[in-house]
Amino acid sequence: MATKGKPPKPEELSKISYTPPSKGWMDTPVEFKPGMYCHGTRAKYLEAVGMPFPRDWSASEADWKLPDNWKEIVLQGIKERLQKFRTFHVFMDICVRCGACADKCHFFLGGGDPKNMPVLRAELLRSVYRKYFTTSGKILGKAAGARELTEDVLKELWYYYFQCTECRRCSLFCPYGIDQAEITIIGRELLNLLGLNIDWIMGPVANSYRTGNHLGLEPHTIKANIDFMIDDIETITGIKVDTTYNRKGAEILFIGPSGDLFGVPGNYVTMGELMLFHEIGLDYTWSTMACEGGNFGFFTSMEVAKKLYYKIYSEAKRLGVKWILGGECGHQWRLMNQFADTWWGPPDFLEEPVSPITGTKFENAKGSKIVHITEFTADLIKHGKLKFDKSRNDHLKITFHDSCNTARAMGIFEEPRYIINSVCNHFYEMPESTIREKTFCCGSGSGLNAGENIELRMRGGFPRANAVKYVRDTFGVNMLANICAIDRAALPTLMDYWNPGMDVCGVHELVGNALVMKGEIERTLDLRTEPLPGKGGTE
Amino acid sequence: MGILFSFAVVVAIVLLVFAGVSGAGLNYLFAVIIPYIALLIFIVGMVYRVVNWGRSAVPFKVPTTGGQQTSLPWIAANKLDNPSTSYGVIGRMLLEVLLFRSLFRNTKAELHSGSRLIYGSEKLLWLAALAFHYCFLVILIRHLRFFVVPVPAPIEFLEFMDSFFQVGAPLVYITNFLIIIALLYLLYRRIGMPQIKYISLPSDYFPLFLILAIAISGILMRYFDKVDVVGVKQIAMGLVSFRPTIPDGIGVIFYIHFALVCTLFAYFPFSKLVHMGGVFLSPTRNLANNNRMIRHVNPWDYPIKSRSYEDYENEFRDKMKKAGIPVEKE
Repeated sequence: MATKGKPPKPEELSKISYTPPSKGWMDTPVEFKPGMYCHGTRAKYLEAVGMPFPRDWSASEADWKLPDNWKEIVLQGIKERLQKFRTFHVFMDICVRCGACADKCHFFLGGGDPKNMPVLRAELLRSVYRKYFTTSGKILGKAAGARELTEDVLKELWYYYFQCTECRRCSLFCPYGIDQAEITIIGRELLNLLGLNIDWIMGPVANSYRTGNHLGLEPHTIKANIDFMIDDIETITGIKVDTTYNRKGAEILFIGPSGDLFGVPGNYVTMGELMLFHEIGLDYTWSTMACEGGNFGFFTSMEVAKKLYYKIYSEAKRLGVKWILGGECGHQWRLMNQFADTWWGPPDFLEEPVSPITGTKFENAKGSKIVHITEFTADLIKHGKLKFDKSRNDHLKITFHDSCNTARAMGIFEEPRYIINSVCNHFYEMPESTIREKTFCCGSGSGLNAGENIELRMRGGFPRANAVKYVRDTFGVNMLANICAIDRAALPTLMDYWNPGMDVCGVHELVGNALVMKGEIERTLDLRTEPLPGKGGTE
Repeated sequence: MGILFSFAVVVAIVLLVFAGVSGAGLNYLFAVIIPYIALLIFIVGMVYRVVNWGRSAVPFKVPTTGGQQTSLPWIAANKLDNPSTSYGVIGRMLLEVLLFRSLFRNTKAELHSGSRLIYGSEKLLWLAALAFHYCFLVILIRHLRFFVVPVPAPIEFLEFMDSFFQVGAPLVYITNFLIIIALLYLLYRRIGMPQIKYISLPSDYFPLFLILAIAISGILMRYFDKVDVVGVKQIAMGLVSFRPTIPDGIGVIFYIHFALVCTLFAYFPFSKLVHMGGVFLSPTRNLANNNRMIRHVNPWDYPIKSRSYEDYENEFRDKMKKAGIPVEKE
């Protein structure tokens, strides 16, 4: 659907100037640069979930076919949200423009557009807020940093609020914790009041509503895809692993990102998980409806996000499981950690999660009853329940990319590192300012991993790629591990562009490689069914 | 533009007071009426702002996590940067408010030879911000000596500490000069650094010029154009006891200083300076990362209809049966 644009060559793209123009930002109208924005959403997707003003429109055309009272709708929308979100209200008022956030945004670092400094991205909306909701803005106008809401301003908001991946890096450095992700979320809600979403978000939303997953995989396809993986696992290990779908009475419901059910390298993560669950004899099931922990509704509006997450607890209830195990996905964990229970809880029909293998109580998940798979696996390893042959990952020199959401909306840093160090011999960290809570986005999060905005994505991913390049050149790193499906979809393209030859994998692919299974044949292939160097395979 | 405009406003205030006091003899207006009004605006305004924020809902618990979460017992959690308890949150807030913890993280990104991004440590902003705020606080507390008789020991002690390196009289306060240095650095950032200049509004320059003018006028009247301190104290005591008096012979510099302070107080609730109150209400900092342990309730939650499993199965039942996936209705 998306036409792939061709970005300029890396040498061209990395010529970045951080010096802003002399003309003030309020006097600089937005310019829609090809490769830097996504297609507007088609009407059918909005209709699928009952969202307002469905119509086919194009961002590059002058007429966005706005409703006559669009301005009133936006202003009313702002007013409501000031009352409904203290984040938004406080963040509209207290910024002192100290500029600490300015050079923390990957889009600014990769592009140099001053309106991508988080402070200015916020000011785009703050200026409107001041004009209509503050005394000083009403009286003093521009001198108080206020401006009229015009169609150009609306378009500017659209352009730049879909040039933010809601990664929260700015929020970490802000002395008041002002979080551009919150402001972007509200900004996108406002745009969605006018039907101004992007196709790449709205398509997955519509899919997810109908089939339960972004890719639109129907139940039999999910099974067929997993069957393929099971066949591959048999080829690699000689073991036929088994799994079940929609099985009532299973102890655990496993929900990962649908990206791991379709396409490389996500499917290798699922293979690793299938092998792990088989090896420990876990009593678990898939739900073909709750087969997606990710939620593009979150990039649309809180209401749509909540709507798409209904399936999580309702399927757990219908199937009568005890608790939920969540897979390797970034924004899934923003939601499972910070939203799921508030939206559809309390899940009092579930039990406090206990690992059936080690007996460990997951105290930190006793309310929501959702455990992260790296918490689960790290616990298994700590208790010596798994046997590994680390040498099967010896051909890999690994670095780990912390995903924005799991880093700054959760803080799961040690678990994946503990697992990687348990299953691999060669692990190297990227520079300190680019990992853990300070991690950089892949450049394609929050629904921006489309094809038509490829230049934006390559720019946004530049700081991440730059840090990967450093460990490649210094330590010979050749594998970029992560715990996020969007990373696995976006980073290969980013690496091909900036650091050709760098591979991308999920953590449980590494687990699957190293896992010594009872009754397995001598491994000569890795999970990608490529020969394992030095393991008797044909190299 | 913003710079000149803000500077001009501050100069205009100074000239206005000068003309008003030495020309028109409006001493009572500037030393009594305006201070009362300014204080009233400050108190009512700040209470209104904080109450107004407080009335906005907190539908979701969305702390920004800055360290390892609390999970398995053998993994050390970062209890301050990623608190999971109320004590942790209090600790985080104290670090934030007293030491500007987040600003301490500040880095400066530079693109070297067109291909390598380097992140250097950049603590000057943190240092200047901290110096400015603490100096302001100390100076504010020191000024309480004008409003109480006798001067409480803690204030005397603070003055003693602040003038620790003193030789001779009158006492030279360290904070008086530190605050000017800090303010000049903060001003330099807005004028000399292109990025910061680009994002700066008139409302960013104005408080800097205003507070600079307050500091300079204060220093002038203390060390150079000395005013009758006994008379000043009489005014201050008159104001707090609601029996205002205006002794004669207090230099106009005092009225200028005082009027600038009043401007700051009155301006405060309408400006970005409200961050003083707002920082306490910032949901990314004052909430614990324990959503999976303790449910957070959205006060405005409303029922939403989503697709039921029944609907789902109705659409896919045949395909599911064919694939051997269990269904509810055969």
